[in-house]
Amino acid sequence: MIEFRTVRKQYDDGTVAVQELSLTVPAGTITVLVGPSGCGKTTLLRMVNRMVEPSSGAVLLDGKEIRDSDPAELRRGIGYVIQQAGLFPHRTVRDNVATVPLLFGTSRRKARRDAEELLERVGLSRELGKRYPGQLSGGQQQRVGVARALAADPPVLLMDEPFSAVDPVVRAGLQQELLRLQEELGKTVLFVTHDVDEAVQLGERVAVLRQGGELAQYAAPAELLARPADDFVASFVGKDRGYRGLSFVDSSGLEPGPVDTVHIGDTSADVPSRAGWVLALDAQDRPRGWLPPGSTVRGRLTEDQLVAVGSLHTLGCPLREALDAALSSPTGRGAVVDADGVFQGVITAGQVLELIENRRHPALTEGAVQCSRD
Amino acid sequence: MFEGLIRYFSSSSNREVLFEQLGQHVYLSLVPLAAGVLLALPLGRLAQRLRWLRAPLLGGANVVYTVPSLAVFVLLPSVIGTGYTSSGNVVIALTLYTTALLLRPVLDALEAVPEHVTLAATAMGYRPHRRFLAVELPLAVPALTSAVRVASVSNISLVSVGALIGVGGLGRLFTVGFPMPDTVRIVVGIVATVLLALAVDLLLVALWRLLTPWERAGKAVSRS
Repeated sequence: MIEFRTVRKQYDDGTVAVQELSLTVPAGTITVLVGPSGCGKTTLLRMVNRMVEPSSGAVLLDGKEIRDSDPAELRRGIGYVIQQAGLFPHRTVRDNVATVPLLFGTSRRKARRDAEELLERVGLSRELGKRYPGQLSGGQQQRVGVARALAADPPVLLMDEPFSAVDPVVRAGLQQELLRLQEELGKTVLFVTHDVDEAVQLGERVAVLRQGGELAQYAAPAELLARPADDFVASFVGKDRGYRGLSFVDSSGLEPGPVDTVHIGDTSADVPSRAGWVLALDAQDRPRGWLPPGSTVRGRLTEDQLVAVGSLHTLGCPLREALDAALSSPTGRGAVVDADGVFQGVITAGQVLELIENRRHPALTEGAVQCSRD
Repeated sequence: MFEGLIRYFSSSSNREVLFEQLGQHVYLSLVPLAAGVLLALPLGRLAQRLRWLRAPLLGGANVVYTVPSLAVFVLLPSVIGTGYTSSGNVVIALTLYTTALLLRPVLDALEAVPEHVTLAATAMGYRPHRRFLAVELPLAVPALTSAVRVASVSNISLVSVGALIGVGGLGRLFTVGFPMPDTVRIVVGIVATVLLALAVDLLLVALWRLLTPWERAGKAVSRS
């Protein structure tokens, strides 16, 4: 558990980065600090491992004042991940991961062996261990950064905008990976971001900070979106918070309907009706694209005759995904799949809205609705 | 000319003298190079850490490097009390030059270490000195190497000047060769100096390659 007790940080030039702020980060959860630049979120994070000393107030780690511990010793017991990963370019990936165990005096052999195991844990192959960070993609480097932070098995993990320098697709993968790891490891994670979407997706609790280092609201994500404390929080979480709130509403009761389908490789004789859109599936019954009305198939149906399918909705995932599937489909009908990606049926935006209307007062769930997909 | 060279090298006493002078030249140029590197590193680190020291240190280095070498060779004995022909003169003078020459590149190389890397090192629990030795110094090597190569060539040529005040080294071939005049000795002196400079440069490049394997690791970026 991390406790900030009326901490304040004022720099020598008079700027106040953090204003008498109190916050308790519960153990074993992901807590996100979010806010615009200059809101003091990174300053607050760095107070935990004494890279920034508060001007007044105290930070407690499991009830002990961190002021009383040696900074270097303290830091070795706290994992730290930063933007751009901050890997050491002159050391192999394996030795990067082994950094803290080596500082603790673990033998090089054991540290390296453990490091290779950790690489697999964060979804990288052991072979990458012998490479240098410069030979890895941004997403891979970020995974190595996470592995390095976990190497000494610290109970606390500080993450400072760790995923903001990678592209959206890689970022989404890294976020999923973090949630999966957290389920396994149950660390106390303090995560800084300026991205509200990331905050509500990852955080069990989200602290919104405003400029000048004031705590504007500290709540579960669904609560934050449904009941922002004031105008600042409302405008910060965005105009589309109503839509985003659907991330926390489950989609049970949504009945996928039928649609004409064909398979890739079918001949023109198999294509059912030419009047409407037809959904094309692959050999494993996974949606591949839509065949426009009236199109003629000469020979066998190939993928390049199809219009992109739009986003997919996986059964059991939140309503936001279902609505997006319907809206992003060229036909207005979103494809629904099961956890293995097998086609189940289609839904329309109307169906989703009807479901929302029918449950006028949706129960707020704690944290994001979890769903599995491959 | 060619016959002259054959005659010069056929004399065993000439060869002996040449090798002795070469040995002295190596000693007089490389000891100050090593000492200069060892002095410039902590000074550069100091200039990096303490901003107020930066201007005086860099200014001082510039002044030292501007004083003509011959003047230093002549003045130094009266300041530190060594004999005029003592090799200590040349070693100390060239150490000063090397330090002065390397100070700014050392500072620049240390400043060029990415902030997120030093920040990460601190957050991992490195104490400042260990962080300097284990993270910042190795990362500064590529930028430092070019400066050390310049300093090595500069030292090797400056040692020749020392011969004017009677200190050994390949410069003796010029001080003996000019008044006679003996073209063969002068040519041997020039060629030997150039070869020495090239050999030292190759060694430095080899050392740099040994110290920075990560710089040449292929850019085999694969998808994450």
